[in-house]
Amino acid sequence: MFDAIAYHDEGRSVTYKEMLENADRIGKRVEPRSLVLFVATNTGESLEGYLGFLRNRAVVMMAASSIDADSLEALLEAYKPEYVWCPDSFGYSSDSEKSYGRYRLCETGMTGEAKPHSDLALMLTTSGSTGSRKYVRLTYENIRANAISIVDYLGISPGDCAITTLPFSYSYGLSIINSHLLAGSSLVLTEKTMFDREFWDLVRARSVTTFGGVPYTYSMLKRLRFERMDLPSLRYITQAGGRLGRDLHEHFARLCAEKNIDFIAMYGQTEATARIAYVPASRSVEKAGSVGIAIPGGELSIRDESGGEVEAPDTAGELVYRGPNVSMGYASSRIDVSRGDDFGGVLATGDLACRDEDGFYRIVGRMKRFLKVYGNRVNLDELESMLAVEGIVAACSGEDDALRVFVEDGDPKSIQSIVSEKTGLYKGAFDVRLIDALPRNDAGKIQYSSLEDLC
Amino acid sequence: MSNIETYNTAFKDTLEVDDAMLGADLVYQSVENWDSVGHMQLIAALEDAFDIMLDTDDIIDFNSYEAGKAILSRYDVEL
Repeated sequence: MFDAIAYHDEGRSVTYKEMLENADRIGKRVEPRSLVLFVATNTGESLEGYLGFLRNRAVVMMAASSIDADSLEALLEAYKPEYVWCPDSFGYSSDSEKSYGRYRLCETGMTGEAKPHSDLALMLTTSGSTGSRKYVRLTYENIRANAISIVDYLGISPGDCAITTLPFSYSYGLSIINSHLLAGSSLVLTEKTMFDREFWDLVRARSVTTFGGVPYTYSMLKRLRFERMDLPSLRYITQAGGRLGRDLHEHFARLCAEKNIDFIAMYGQTEATARIAYVPASRSVEKAGSVGIAIPGGELSIRDESGGEVEAPDTAGELVYRGPNVSMGYASSRIDVSRGDDFGGVLATGDLACRDEDGFYRIVGRMKRFLKVYGNRVNLDELESMLAVEGIVAACSGEDDALRVFVEDGDPKSIQSIVSEKTGLYKGAFDVRLIDALPRNDAGKIQYSSLEDLC
Repeated sequence: MSNIETYNTAFKDTLEVDDAMLGADLVYQSVENWDSVGHMQLIAALEDAFDIMLDTDDIIDFNSYEAGKAILSRYDVEL
């Protein structure tokens, strides 16, 4: 296995043996149980740094390479990481740096007072690119358990080859990396997108067998007329990162069945490392719109308002997941890295779901107000408070991939810029609408149901 | 609106660029909003505006303001 190719990156093909040697060379440069702010990209250096730090038991705290200067500053201030691992071109430098290929390891000169908990391996944000300081605390066992489970239900084998389509810092993107390395498969690391010719050239040249996508990836593939593309090496493609919608799910389930590609829609949360449920490919058409059944080793149930278990089919309640991939909890600053397990293996997902007669789960709503916008989770209440800090009174609503921001006054264009800056979202992903008055009840609370009627 | 105005409007609306930026330097990923999401919006806007459906290869090759003009000419859109 060690002579097998682990990854391809811009024409370089690196074996597992070489990858681990490179990883350990980087990893031994950091102190065990220190915190590394990790600026992730889909490159060999990023992958080797990740493995090296984990192997030397430094804690990896992921950030997207698109992070803005203010958010970076806020993270450094809040978490006091001992190191920053970042691409050469990234806007951070320190007095003590060492280069590794296209990456640099920078000593920050800071030392956090809190030592990481002995189980803590990795910290990920829940909100994609929104620059949030809130992180999920994951253990070595979480990463291992979720990867084992994914390899099992997808049937990943050493002959598989996965191409990157999602950010390395994103729980779903990282789960594809982890599970394929565990299976001894190979990876094609690229920052190219599906709209780059080089991406499809790589898929053909490397005989790629799989990729993953968020709902908007599948909207793109539909627009690219996926049905006409000739990609004989593809064996299975996966979807997660928000609800695909029944129609799009069915479209791809049928299309893939014709093309002899397994299409597997999945459900997950960063709080559970990545994956929680999946729809087996054989049931994909019939169960379109469902999130499926629990992954191997996990258990799903539905809880009513009083905390009791809902046994009856087609009855909505909060979806609860139990499994070895449930994280320890959250962190919002350095002090939290020493915290123990707050969740105890049980995750209340915040999603409202019901179970059908066959035991398949379907999400019917959310307990908290948040949307998925192009794969990024946006908490509407959090967004409203962020805007309030800017002096903008707004009410946010909408559905997945269509966020709406209602304001009573101000210039919609400039508010759009602020929202885009605060959330990192593309401006076309949301609407700012000027209305006479935000609908409120007597207590002054915004009436979101009346707001929806204005759409 | 003339075809070239329609073409320019699609760029300005979806990529948030101004008139001065419409030219040979405007290529895929050269401005913040022309990422994969922006690309999808741009193609959708052009397909709607000209009532055409671009082929896969043309959507992928549509990687600059100038390249797009040549591609649209093959769909009988004279700019």
